[in-house]
Amino acid sequence: MTEKIKSILETVMDPEIPTLSIVDLGIVTGIISETEGQAHIKLTPTFSGCPALKIMETMVHDKLIEEGYTDVKVHTSFDVQWNSNMISDKGLAALKKHGLAPPPKHDGYFELDVLSDTPCPLCDSRNTTMSTPFGPTLCRSMHYCNNCKNAFEGFKPVG
Amino acid sequence: MEFTDKHVQGLKDLLYKMADDLLIIGHRNSEWTGLGPVLEEDIAFSSMAQDKVGQSLALYEILHQLGESDPDTVAFTRNAPQFHCSQLVELPIGEYDFSLVRHFFFDHAEAIRFDMLATTVVEPLQMVAKKFRGEIKYHTMHADIWMKQLGESEEAKMRMQNSINEVFPFALGMFEPSEFEAELIEAGIFDGEFALREKWLNKVVPLLESFGYTVPNAETIIPEFGGRKGQHTEHLQPLLDEMTEVFAIDPGAEW
Repeated sequence: MTEKIKSILETVMDPEIPTLSIVDLGIVTGIISETEGQAHIKLTPTFSGCPALKIMETMVHDKLIEEGYTDVKVHTSFDVQWNSNMISDKGLAALKKHGLAPPPKHDGYFELDVLSDTPCPLCDSRNTTMSTPFGPTLCRSMHYCNNCKNAFEGFKPVG
Repeated sequence: MEFTDKHVQGLKDLLYKMADDLLIIGHRNSEWTGLGPVLEEDIAFSSMAQDKVGQSLALYEILHQLGESDPDTVAFTRNAPQFHCSQLVELPIGEYDFSLVRHFFFDHAEAIRFDMLATTVVEPLQMVAKKFRGEIKYHTMHADIWMKQLGESEEAKMRMQNSINEVFPFALGMFEPSEFEAELIEAGIFDGEFALREKWLNKVVPLLESFGYTVPNAETIIPEFGGRKGQHTEHLQPLLDEMTEVFAIDPGAEW
């Protein structure tokens, strides 16, 4: 039963990145469905201060109600701490499709120097410069591609 | 081990001071929104503000689970004497050098504090501490870059040095011990303010010296204590009045 819920949640998109589902983003950390109509969902924030999280809770709730679930609970928990490795391969591709440089994979600890040669999502050049590690949302950094001369945003690596 | 009342009191005290620090520094950071010296800095302080306020919410949630009022009530209905933030975070944003220096001292302390708390026996706190570490890393990186770069020209360096001298006693004030230090250490909740202060000094002093600054002697400076016990500068209450202005118009409003 949880597989079915997962496939439903794969149609719920990040409100700020319409190509990326919340499942591929890696923020769905628990699905409980032990009886017919039950769907208890646990989400974890990408960043503690992410204002989209409340919106995503509502989106998940409404979607499951729409799909006929009657006992729907959605809550946020830190018991699994999100990190950028939790974005699926499909999710990484979806980020790029949206024009965002995907975060590099890391093994827990990494130096933020990795941001300085982020591959350009438009032309794949590594000849890029990070303008600032802070962007229009908490999870994004801003870069400039010296090759194709475009400014672009990256999805930040988080350990 | 089984927690006694004193352990729980100590834990709540610890959570309140961390959450209040984050809420108030978050508010101060947000005052740079629209005013940053360059667009990227405007965005940087605004983003950090959002992180800090989000982190404070997670800590107020833990307090709520421990029986305290809900986060909005706690954040928006207390007056200055009921706040446990350090005086460091309530000081006005001042010139950009002042805000950067405060940011540097504060965020290095936060990074170490939450690193220490990543092994606390208090499970919900351990989880958020692990989460916060990854976020704060971006804050310390930002602070380090500016401290370094602004140490490289004469006027900027002089301004930064003056702010270091001015902020340092307040920065030391972050480590004001609580009356529960022994209980917190004994129960494995937190290794205490003194241990944190030592780790912090070992981090910030060599860094600042490597950037060419002179660091005041922590052993001879008198720290600006009081904030943890509700004694604040005249700057906190006006901040709270402004922060709660909209909430106070209609506290029961549904948003």
